[in-house]
Amino acid sequence: MNILVCLKRVPDTAEAVVIPDSTGKDIVKDRLTFSINEADNYALEEALLLKERFGGTVTLLTVGPKPAEEVLRMGMAKGADTALRLWDEKFIGGDYFTTAKVLATACQTLPYDLILTGCMATDDGYACVGLTIGAILGIPSAIYVSKIEIFDRRAKIYRELEGGFYEVKELGLPALFAVQTGINTPRYPSILGIKRAAAKEIKVLDAKELNLTEADFQTKTELERLFIPIVESKAEFLQGEPAEVATQMAKIFKEKGVL
Amino acid sequence: MSCIVVLAEHRQENLRDITFEMLTLAQALARQMNLKVQVLYLGKNNEANAETLANYADEVIVVEDALLANFNSEIYRKVIVSTLAEHKPSLLLLGHTAFGTDLAPGLAYDLNLPLITDCIEITYEDNRIVATRPLYSGKLNARVYLKQPTGVLTIRAGTFKPTDTKLAGIVKKKPLPAELKTGYASNFIGYEEAPTTGIDITKADIIVAVGRGIKEAKNMPIVEELAKTLGGELACTRPVIDAGWLPKDRQVGSSGKTVKPKLYIALGISGAFQHISGMKQSQTIVAVNKDPNAPIFNVAHYGIVGDLLKIVPLLKEKIKEIKGI
Repeated sequence: MNILVCLKRVPDTAEAVVIPDSTGKDIVKDRLTFSINEADNYALEEALLLKERFGGTVTLLTVGPKPAEEVLRMGMAKGADTALRLWDEKFIGGDYFTTAKVLATACQTLPYDLILTGCMATDDGYACVGLTIGAILGIPSAIYVSKIEIFDRRAKIYRELEGGFYEVKELGLPALFAVQTGINTPRYPSILGIKRAAAKEIKVLDAKELNLTEADFQTKTELERLFIPIVESKAEFLQGEPAEVATQMAKIFKEKGVL
Repeated sequence: MSCIVVLAEHRQENLRDITFEMLTLAQALARQMNLKVQVLYLGKNNEANAETLANYADEVIVVEDALLANFNSEIYRKVIVSTLAEHKPSLLLLGHTAFGTDLAPGLAYDLNLPLITDCIEITYEDNRIVATRPLYSGKLNARVYLKQPTGVLTIRAGTFKPTDTKLAGIVKKKPLPAELKTGYASNFIGYEEAPTTGIDITKADIIVAVGRGIKEAKNMPIVEELAKTLGGELACTRPVIDAGWLPKDRQVGSSGKTVKPKLYIALGISGAFQHISGMKQSQTIVAVNKDPNAPIFNVAHYGIVGDLLKIVPLLKEKIKEIKGI
């Protein structure tokens, strides 16, 4: 089984302060660290597990300038076979669709039975690039996939719904699944894996090599600006050393009659 | 006259709240843009749902067939594209839900329309549709606009109040074209509920909830002991479930449980909207988080900026003192 995995390098912002930069279209990144987008990391692990079970290859793809190779090397350190980086100055200013177009075009040059992506990126949170790739390629797809069973040329999948339910469905391969976090337990790379991956060549494809033209970079949506949301109400903050705030909070619990 | 189309969302023929929330938005935009509000309902024969929806729209288009009883994005996509072929809508609204996100990218592609997802506000400014959508788990918002007058938008659940503006619309039934009855590669098998461990956190008066800020499995006893001291139940956010530190029936949020306890203590939880939607109705909300800008503080009544690993053990001791245990 040949599997393609789309990865995105994103800033770690779960516990960081995030503010718009001077262009208003991006964020201040100089103090941030970067890693594989959380859901993409689960997609990568799922691909490695399927490869261990059914054989075949795992090929990684990402769209981004040179630093994006970090996530490809991490993926290869864990066991992916090859990686492609897709980049051209022309990609700058693209939207979800132009990104999906670039990825889908690269996927078309490779043999595949399955394409895996994360369900959503933790930075822009569009949750639509994966399934747009599927639409461009004309293959069945599903999002929030939290279990995959493969038999013959079909897949039985569990799709996470609201309220603790799953939609169970079956579809034919090749297919694209945008996986939900928690579908597996992502592994850590071995030291040997990291060394081997560092020596591997990463092929870079630009717009010309992908046969993409100006028309492919015309966006139909435009980011106007980013801004810090206006907060309507805010918590009353308890001030002081840990011991002081713990005392204040316990007092509040007593006043509220929960103790 | 062109229209704003709202795709009705239902699960097993039960209309979901998001449908009425989208209608609030669609009605407001339709007034501004001088358009009609049309609801598109795909399902098996269900007069009651069609009548209900007609109260809030100018027109309800119903496509009925047993094949449409349960959501299947492949089938729904083809049927919707075929139904909208005659009169292309100005705007097509879907929920940013498990249903809408599975359908919207393919629909937008087939209809050759741009897509903006997870919208929390849509405005009509200078003949342009502008969407506001959150990024970085709600730490920032973005204003994104459509560069053409038409598009597909997915709307975040719980953002708009369900509509109460009556429009007295008409119901139009359309049969499913014969050519759309077969030839699908996917089939719906059923719905399954996540396994339960016998604990029902929705019944608890006190909930101690833990998020990513707990860092490691070995820190879990710290919050377990606080829950025990308070006589409450332990709950958590999605990353804790993903890590396998607590079972799925302890998850609070849109893909887990919705809770309304007397006291909700959020520890190391940044406050992704999926989590907030499951706990915002709690009577008293207390949050401990390292990041003073964490969205959890926007719904919390009391906040502590700090490390839960330091604060929680001290808090437990104080509670023991007060309780005399």
